[in-house]
Amino acid sequence: MTAIPVVRHQRAAIDRQQAIAGIFVMLGLVDIFVFGFLADKGDAVFTFTLTGAAVSVPNLNLAPGPVSEGLGALSIVLGLLYAGLKLTSLSRRLTAATVMLAFVVAFLCWCDAGRTPLPFVSLMQTTMLASIPLVLGALSGCLCERSGVINIAIEGQLLLGAFAGAVIASSFGSIWLGLFSGSIAGGLLGALLAVFAIRYVVDQIILGVVLNVFASGLTGYLYDQALVPYQNRLNSPNTFSSIKIPVLGDIPIIGPILFDSTIFLYITYVMVALVHIGLFKTRWGLRVRAVGEHPTAADTVGIRVLFTRYRNVILGGLVAGIGGASLTIGSVGSFGKDISSGQGYIALAAMIFGRWTPLGATGAALLFGFSVALANVLGTIGAPIPSDFLLMLPYVATIVAVAGFVGKSRAPKADGQPYVKS
Amino acid sequence: MSGWEVALQLELRGITKRFGSLVANDGIDLTVESGEIHALLGENGAGKSTLMNVLYGLLQPDQGQILLDGEPVEFHNPREALAAGIGMVHQHFMLVPVFTVAENVMLGVERTSVLGLLNRRRARQDVLELSSKYGLAIDPDVLVENLPVGIQQRVEIVKALHREASIVILDEPTAVLTPGETNELFRIMRELQASGKSIIFISHKLKEVQEIADRITVIRRGKVVGAPPPTATDEELASLMVGRAVELTVHKEPAHPREVTLEVEDLRVESAGGRAVVDGISLEVRSGEIVGIAGVQGNGQTELCEAIMGLLPVKSGSIIVAGQDLTGARTRVVLESGVSYIPEDRQEDGIVESFSLADNLVLDVYNRAPFASGLALHIDTIRESAAKHMDEYDIRATSIDMTVGTLSGGNQQKVIVARELGREVRLLVANQPTRGLDVGSIEFVHSRLVAARDQGTAVLICSTELDEIFALADRIIVMYEGRIAGIRPPTVSIEEIGLLMAGAGSDDSVPEAQPA
Amino acid sequence: MSENLTGPGGNGPEHKAGPVEGPPGAEGSPGDTGPDAATAAQANVATSLLNAVLEGNSAVVTFLAIVTAIIIGGLLIAFSSPTVLHAWSHLFSAPGAAFSTAWAVAASAFSAMLEGAIFNPHTISAAFHGGSIAAIFNPLSETAVNATPLILSGLAVALAFRAGLFNIGATGQFIGGAMIAGWIGFAVHMPMILHVVVAVIGGFIGGSITGGFVGFMKARTGAHEVIVTIMLNYVMEFLILFLLGLAVFRAPGLPNPVSPPVDNNAMLPHLAGATLRINAGFLVALAAALAVGWLLNRTTVGFELRTVGANPNAARAAGMSPERTWITVMLICGGLAGLAGASVILGTDFALTPQIYGTYGIDAITVALLGRAKPGGVVLAALLYGSLNAGGVTMQAQTQIPVDITTVIQALIVLFVAAPPLVREIYHLRGRRNREGGQLLAKGWSS
Repeated sequence: MTAIPVVRHQRAAIDRQQAIAGIFVMLGLVDIFVFGFLADKGDAVFTFTLTGAAVSVPNLNLAPGPVSEGLGALSIVLGLLYAGLKLTSLSRRLTAATVMLAFVVAFLCWCDAGRTPLPFVSLMQTTMLASIPLVLGALSGCLCERSGVINIAIEGQLLLGAFAGAVIASSFGSIWLGLFSGSIAGGLLGALLAVFAIRYVVDQIILGVVLNVFASGLTGYLYDQALVPYQNRLNSPNTFSSIKIPVLGDIPIIGPILFDSTIFLYITYVMVALVHIGLFKTRWGLRVRAVGEHPTAADTVGIRVLFTRYRNVILGGLVAGIGGASLTIGSVGSFGKDISSGQGYIALAAMIFGRWTPLGATGAALLFGFSVALANVLGTIGAPIPSDFLLMLPYVATIVAVAGFVGKSRAPKADGQPYVKS
Repeated sequence: MSGWEVALQLELRGITKRFGSLVANDGIDLTVESGEIHALLGENGAGKSTLMNVLYGLLQPDQGQILLDGEPVEFHNPREALAAGIGMVHQHFMLVPVFTVAENVMLGVERTSVLGLLNRRRARQDVLELSSKYGLAIDPDVLVENLPVGIQQRVEIVKALHREASIVILDEPTAVLTPGETNELFRIMRELQASGKSIIFISHKLKEVQEIADRITVIRRGKVVGAPPPTATDEELASLMVGRAVELTVHKEPAHPREVTLEVEDLRVESAGGRAVVDGISLEVRSGEIVGIAGVQGNGQTELCEAIMGLLPVKSGSIIVAGQDLTGARTRVVLESGVSYIPEDRQEDGIVESFSLADNLVLDVYNRAPFASGLALHIDTIRESAAKHMDEYDIRATSIDMTVGTLSGGNQQKVIVARELGREVRLLVANQPTRGLDVGSIEFVHSRLVAARDQGTAVLICSTELDEIFALADRIIVMYEGRIAGIRPPTVSIEEIGLLMAGAGSDDSVPEAQPA
Repeated sequence: MSENLTGPGGNGPEHKAGPVEGPPGAEGSPGDTGPDAATAAQANVATSLLNAVLEGNSAVVTFLAIVTAIIIGGLLIAFSSPTVLHAWSHLFSAPGAAFSTAWAVAASAFSAMLEGAIFNPHTISAAFHGGSIAAIFNPLSETAVNATPLILSGLAVALAFRAGLFNIGATGQFIGGAMIAGWIGFAVHMPMILHVVVAVIGGFIGGSITGGFVGFMKARTGAHEVIVTIMLNYVMEFLILFLLGLAVFRAPGLPNPVSPPVDNNAMLPHLAGATLRINAGFLVALAAALAVGWLLNRTTVGFELRTVGANPNAARAAGMSPERTWITVMLICGGLAGLAGASVILGTDFALTPQIYGTYGIDAITVALLGRAKPGGVVLAALLYGSLNAGGVTMQAQTQIPVDITTVIQALIVLFVAAPPLVREIYHLRGRRNREGGQLLAKGWSS
């Protein structure tokens, strides 16, 4: 009980700093020797203006060779500093962010060198769109796991949300009702998770996986049984259209990315803020976290542990359900089998990557959304890299993260452990 | 914050609480007058904590009544008990390690501003006020996980005071404290009493109860067996507590130490944070003697044992067993060179509860002849040997296929003792070998340890119970903060050892001190 | 071993009830029950049998869980079919019709399922009129064929469970196995027998590498195996997509990303004539189950594995190395899931496709749970799920009811099996709810 953590942490603490520094240096080398030396002839061109935008921003032309080599050199220097110096946690993060950014820019230069211009704004718009279900799913994870219930059922919550959103919006002709129902559907799966995890103390990891199977089977069955024969009535919803925020939406570059989107993006902003403030600044959050860390202690000061967990797990389901609805009525409209296609698992990964914090999870979800968007965009410009690798990226990144970084950060102590009073 | 009013009079009437077939509390009557320090004395497992959990609303009594100032009350949960003015400091602290002191204190009774936002400033103030009022010296902004246990306990007390408790229950508060910290706690308790609070003090330590209590109630096997005055002698209290005159000494002949079996030289073990938890320990244990390591829990005894067993990495120094250098060796190598180990936490480290008796009896020898050859296990041999051990060590179970988790703690410990002593042993490392056991099992374990010594085994025992150390040890080593505070023969007084355990009066000539 | 599946984390709920009991084994420990158990054991056999049923022992609970899930599945079928929905709209004019239609639809679905999974009476009459006799056994053959990869991947999950690991990565390991077995099958040419043996071994190795990576990561970095396996599943899914885009793997001249078919020599031989799909893969699966049983109960490796799974701290104190055990176990488990992949590509599919992994990896988890992580149980559970799958295909063909209903039923079975108290409540069985509630207790992410 006491023995091994001591060993592992001690070794890992030293290893980790060296390993991360090593990764930085390696990325720098890749910048120089792959993205710099091996780039095709011609500049990489980034466009920043959407067609029809009021203000036109000039294109950015970068020569892949010098740019990538410069960025690579910077990364190597930072990596060496990282290995040698004792940095504060803020400067560590800044260093990591800089190296990652340098890598991405060098990579984009390499991909785009001598090809059609890369539309930066639409790339970022796709990123935001792809991130919505990931962020909301990850927030669902935060809400559940901060209260001590592991939520692997995010995937199922997204799927049910997508299904209910499309079907209800289609049959009642109201997208708002669809949005609402999507959320409720996610909440219902959350409630199922809560009952089985809390009342029947079923292992939460198993439970999550089984609920995902259940959601997939149920929606798949109903899709074939009802949605296919009655496509017009049950599965042809309208979709939310973009709302441009006055003034903010007209800012060049930022406006179209952040302030010209469907209601789902704005809901996501609000949710991130609410969950963050809720968890860390309010009485509600203090109690939730106490329940997730030390339920017995919470119980002895009169906090209702099981109630708190029920409430949070269902809340999480409601939030993820909205994310699910965004997959149908927020973008393509109609529901398709397994439309969530593993995004719930990426959301889970984002939550872990983000160390169980809403802001961290959001950042990670954006990163993952970016890699998905990039895979799309690079496919269209014919980049010299298979899109399969880009799509693999979130998963590989998560493995690296749990192996290297997350070991240090802690899940809530009582996460996954049922609270049973005799 | 009106803690100055006169506290309530508390009365428990005929409290009965059963867990399945076990009656933990059997018709207990208890009256706590306002403003008194009332000690609840009893052995481990006597039912003290259960009673207090009933009082605190964590458990519901099967029968009986709780009265406050003569009014019957019912507590369905701690919230109701707290509201009635009852606070409890649990034996295992109920603090959230990653919260600050202030957050822990305000948890459950938070003050908020608009929109439910936490008012942290107010909480800090409250902590500071209470801290200065009772002389507790607590910083509200520190994370609890970074505080020493003594201070964590004060945070618990502040928690209770912050909730305006007029009756404070302290459940075995001294178990984790040094004698010095205990004195400090007693001072705080008296201050609380002076401000009108009642205190229920749970303990199984006679001396402490005699020192602090106004009145004493003794509980044995779930029943109240007496209410002796604090002036009662050790013998009187002890016989009430255990039900018969206990022999605190084990029958044993003088030791005949022979060659040195365990030789530890300048051993250092570090914690995760790089702090030395074992800090330059040198000791030796000879074959045919029992060396007892005394010390308050958490002074490096466990780490010392685990380092010897290869369960913790050695930073520097050496461990030699019977001439073989085992520094940094894997646990399996240590075991195979004739070392046996009784770990501190029986259920956590010593047995596998879901395994059968037979499997548990070969847990660390399953891979050796005659139990296995190559990959194959010899099930028949394992079963025969298990049946033999069950008989020989008087393990009360229906069959060797019984799941060990269903056995009593005493029988579980016998399983471990049978396994560890039922083979040829050069060195036995036993960490808290009788913790939480009933008196019968303690006697059994003690007699086995002495028997092993007489057969020529070198025995190293760590115990936080001084009685045990004095009963068994041929030499006593006191550990304090990872160092050896002194080596003494068992003929010295308990007070002298107690002083050493508190870090007072340690002698610097330690490494040279050899057995007489 | 205890009858319950001691999932990772092992210890019962009583340890979590901190405030109630003081130090371990101290205040109010419900431990002194030795004599009680003795009397219980001597109890009248008839009474205890009756009690077993009334209190719902695990076999009864499992049976009731299956029945309940099938009933719910039937209700779902009955109340979602378009014909039935139509009948409901005439509820007031013809109330009986709605119910009888609902009954008829559900009944026809399940009878079609039985015909597809076990026995179809038409095949007997057909046999008398010159039809094939083999056709009588076709449903059973299909059940066995469907069960084969489920047995193997189910073992991969079950064995990991016993070592305290959640192997959610059977999908990825399956792909690893299918990739290598398939590649050996179509790219290498060898004589009969040798070729198929080498390809099967290749499948084991392919899965083993994928699984071993997980064990290695856990042992070396402490990365939680659930996360690593989930992520690795997706990595492997994209990897197979990528490989099928390469010339080495892609069948020339086809528009879809499909590999060339494996050589005849590399195919698993049929067991009962060419018309029935049952093949040697089924025997491999049964042999694997026997081997896993032997490994678990009769070897030192199995002893270590079970100890590490039940109590890693005690394992460490007893000189075992949980880290090494994790790696060993995941190598074996990965290999088993890889065998599942090999059994599919060499036994039924014969070519790599991007979707070759199907839902075997996830189904494996449910199979392992239903089989209570014991080899024999896994075989039975896999046969049940195999029959549902085989029957589901026939059902969809005959009644147009979507095959996904079997997935729903399978998920429900596991939900109920995992929550015995719920089943007891439904059937009003007596039970000891508190103590036995969570037989599948987990640890959190951090441990």
